[in-house]
Amino acid sequence: MADTFIAKAEALETGQRFLASISGTEVVVFGHKGRVFAYENRCLHQGGPVGEGMILGRVVAVLDAEKRLLREEFSETEDQLICPWHGWAYSLETGDCAGLRGARLRKFEVVTEKGDVYVRTRD
Amino acid sequence: MEHLGETNLVREMAVGKREGFNSREHLRNAQLQAEARGYEDVLIVDVDAHHYENQYFGEIFKYIEDPVLRHLALQREGNPANILFTAPNNQFNAGRLLRYGGIPHEAAEGKEHPETTRSRRQREAIGINYQVVFPTPMLALGMHPDPQIETALAWAYTRWWTEEVLPQDNSVKSMVYLPFFDVDASIRMVETFGEMPGVIGFMVTSTRYAAVHDNKYMRLYAMLEERGMPLGFHAAFNQQERLFEGMNRFISVHSLGFVLNTLIHATNMIINGIPERFPNLKLLFIESGLAWIPFLMQRLDNEYLMRSNEAPLLKKLPSQYLAENFYYSSQPLESGNMEALELTMKMINAKSQLLYSSDYPHWDFDLPSVIWDLPFLDNQSKRNILGLNSLEVFPKLKAEVLGKMKNG
Ligand code: FES
Repeated sequence: MADTFIAKAEALETGQRFLASISGTEVVVFGHKGRVFAYENRCLHQGGPVGEGMILGRVVAVLDAEKRLLREEFSETEDQLICPWHGWAYSLETGDCAGLRGARLRKFEVVTEKGDVYVRTRD
Repeated sequence: MEHLGETNLVREMAVGKREGFNSREHLRNAQLQAEARGYEDVLIVDVDAHHYENQYFGEIFKYIEDPVLRHLALQREGNPANILFTAPNNQFNAGRLLRYGGIPHEAAEGKEHPETTRSRRQREAIGINYQVVFPTPMLALGMHPDPQIETALAWAYTRWWTEEVLPQDNSVKSMVYLPFFDVDASIRMVETFGEMPGVIGFMVTSTRYAAVHDNKYMRLYAMLEERGMPLGFHAAFNQQERLFEGMNRFISVHSLGFVLNTLIHATNMIINGIPERFPNLKLLFIESGLAWIPFLMQRLDNEYLMRSNEAPLLKKLPSQYLAENFYYSSQPLESGNMEALELTMKMINAKSQLLYSSDYPHWDFDLPSVIWDLPFLDNQSKRNILGLNSLEVFPKLKAEVLGKMKNG
């Protein structure tokens, strides 16, 4: 097990994102709504810097009882990390790709100790 | 090229708000890919990339020859009028693609034109040696209700491009825009710009209702055949196409729009025997991907065998013309089903007929890795598609590359 220091927790709270190279893998670390996430910074599509992307609620279609489309809205419970190269969207929570079942970003464990944020890797 | 090493870096990233957008930074992962795959000894020619020429309309419109139209275009000093005929667009995926906000603000290095800086940065990051660059909003000009504007802008844009920007960078090439509505004006473009440095072919925007087999075009085809310079049909989409009236989403119109006119032009070319009339004319279909080709091969072959008298000039099956007489740019490579892609590449003779294209910086661009990583292609096929086939299509480029090799 190894911990790589990333940044002070307060730096992440301001919205800054950090890149760390951990055993040759580039990992992006960022905070969102009070939580910290760490993913490999490589999109499953063409390898884009997914961690630079926008975070936005998933778009959901609202139908009425007769299945007519009433409107679309942003989900308040499900945010997405969106690759800035072509727009592949991933669940912020799990890294699951929105458009391709079974495809998932590599997620890393994050630990915070005494106000310091680390990415934890296990052999 | 700056080397991006394997240091154990921890660095801050200002997400999407980089002080002064930099294409090289945006494409940092592409540069890592290029290094990992060792593209240094692979010739990579990108036959379709773009700029946003509307950023420079103030520089371009001064070359409009017609004084009345020039006055209209430049009436508001420092704020040129939009004389294009444009529909709403969502290339930028509702803001999700961050470069769309950044590129217009990318600063030039030194005294060079901002396009030269941007183009070099992205080419070097991706690993491209030569790149053919096309305009973007002007691709819709074939549908302009006033065809004189297409003729005037084709001329003005090409003067700006070949006089002010192209000479700054030898790696950037042009297939000159032909105002296809007006064949005399198109011929004048070929005569005026054909010999200019950096000009390696000519281009017609596909989104138009022209019949490519019309007798009026035979002079133009003969001229291009004689010069050995290719003619590309560059696809686009037309949101105002009547067939698309019920289509409410960009994805729908784009998916069909980029092949619709290509299907029509390719069909007319084949059924009317243009490849038989001009066997040495090189025709290139740009930015329609590949999936439409097996579809058209099967449709045309099936009907041709029953109605060969409607296509009396043909000496072989329509599918054979598609596999032997036309070239194709690769992007957007439909790679969701590898078996289908492998069969498609076989059917179209990709080893000799397919040319890599990135379409950068557009929303659906492809890196060279979409070809390099294909498990079913042998090494020679990859090298052909990424660059060597282009040398066969563009003799001026071939002469330049060979000359460079000779001089070390
Ligand atoms: S590389 Fe991420 S969407 Fe294409």
